Amino acid sequence: MIEIKGLTKRFGKKTVVDNVTAKIQPRTITSFIGPNGAGKSTLLSMVSRLLDADTGDVLLDQTSVKKWKSDRFAKRVSILKQSNYLNVRLTVRELVSFGRYPYSKGRLTDEDEKFVDQALEYMNLTDIQDQFLDELSGGQRQRAFIAMVIAQDTDYILLDEPLNNLDMKHSVQIMKILRKLVDELGKTVVIVLHDINFASVYSDRIVALKNGKLVKDGPTHEIINSKALREIYDMDIPIHEQNGCRICVYFNSHTHAN
Amino acid sequence: MRNNSTKLIILAVIAIIFILLYGFYDIKGGFDYAFPRRMIKVGAMVVTGIAIAYSTVVFQTITQNRILTPSVMGLDSMYEVVQTLIFFFAGATSVWVVNKYLNFSVAIIAMVLFALLLYRFLFRADKYPIFLLLLIGMILGTLLGNFVTFLQVLIDPVEYLSLQNLLFANFSKVNGDLLLFAAIILLIAFIYGFRIMHKLDVMNLGRENAINLGVNYDRMMMNILILSSVLIATATALVGPITFLGLIVANLAYQLFATYKHIILILGASLISVIALVGGQFLLEHVFELRTTLSVIVNFVGGIYFIYLLLKESRAAG
Repeated sequence: MIEIKGLTKRFGKKTVVDNVTAKIQPRTITSFIGPNGAGKSTLLSMVSRLLDADTGDVLLDQTSVKKWKSDRFAKRVSILKQSNYLNVRLTVRELVSFGRYPYSKGRLTDEDEKFVDQALEYMNLTDIQDQFLDELSGGQRQRAFIAMVIAQDTDYILLDEPLNNLDMKHSVQIMKILRKLVDELGKTVVIVLHDINFASVYSDRIVALKNGKLVKDGPTHEIINSKALREIYDMDIPIHEQNGCRICVYFNSHTHAN
Repeated sequence: MRNNSTKLIILAVIAIIFILLYGFYDIKGGFDYAFPRRMIKVGAMVVTGIAIAYSTVVFQTITQNRILTPSVMGLDSMYEVVQTLIFFFAGATSVWVVNKYLNFSVAIIAMVLFALLLYRFLFRADKYPIFLLLLIGMILGTLLGNFVTFLQVLIDPVEYLSLQNLLFANFSKVNGDLLLFAAIILLIAFIYGFRIMHKLDVMNLGRENAINLGVNYDRMMMNILILSSVLIATATALVGPITFLGLIVANLAYQLFATYKHIILILGASLISVIALVGGQFLLEHVFELRTTLSVIVNFVGGIYFIYLLLKESRAAG
């Protein structure tokens, strides 16, 4: 289990994440939502030890993230950030193979190759595995990076806005794959999302941030309602229910000034 | 991969041919006299070439760029500063100059410290755009250069002559005493390099991906910066500054081998570097009859290539 305890981060004078405490429940998809600049990505970076917190701590299995050895942590938690620009020219397969580094340290065994094959198949990349990343579309590239994280085979998978650059079809595809990872393989997924409808339809729990503070933390159905959303986004958002999914129709909502 | 091995073998053969040519071609006078001298020179070129190539490739990996090199960032000028300061304060006959090992060690330590200070300031903070870093490097280089000139004006002219000997050291007057010392440093660096080869490959994916895959990025970055500055400092202390060699050979290796694997990139760049130095020196001595020095040619060609890379990069960014 991952526990976030009183996490705070300041950049200069601005407090980006302000005393956030939350627990990530195992075997769920937890979505981080909130307006721009709410501190979602910063929070995720601290949870995944990409960024040091000013105060507070993150515990993985009761041990502080700072005390984990980096290579052992990499077998438990993986993180994928938004930007996926690379300085080197790699094929899809080469990139995905890097996901096995925590285990193989660069020398892939047959078992590693199997994980790579599986990850490629999961992300529907088998046909283009030998193409170079810079020849692919933004969506294909994004999928290749997610495949790398899947090959890493960690209990926790943290994704920072993985649906950026993706069209509807691929967004849905990726959310379904994440669902499968949780339901079939027992993974825990934490994901920063911009579109609250993806959060509403696919996640089990939602953590909502605003101006660096935690405003909501609970099961999805408790948070996707007009009252809670008004608190988070300062918008009146009507909710429509369709086939059991709650859809937030925010396109012509009335906004409140702060 | 097989293709790349073939390329490496071809490069190695070319390098060996040039080394043999350089060693045996047209030996006049006593063989016993000329041959060992030529071998010291070849040895110096090989050690320098490899050190510069190796240092540049790993430096460019961790700084995530293909234009900056330790030399371009002002390390060469720092060497001149150190030597000038030694001459200015201790004098040409002091132990700091006369004892070659001491002089060599002081120069290396000073350059490494300078590099670490610079990197700490430049690379630890949020990423600056590469052109700003370049500008800072060049300004630092000019500043240090002017400072050196100022001190040199004040130095006794006789002492200045022996200082110049150190600052313009080229392969023709390599310091044989230190060659073994430098070779040992290079060997240690290679042993360390082989152990971190795969980590370097991972670091090529950038800081966030590397940390995700369990590489202790910030510590590795420091280690590799130290490694790279020790190597470049060794090369500079051995033969004097060859600012643009690293840039040329590293980029040629990227183009020729088109791989992310450092074991291939480093070996490839090293071989290209040795070919450029030994081959260049051979042509210089036997074809152009020493009308210029190799470092002048390397810097001339390298400078043009540098401008080409800058233009290419700015087009890609724009």
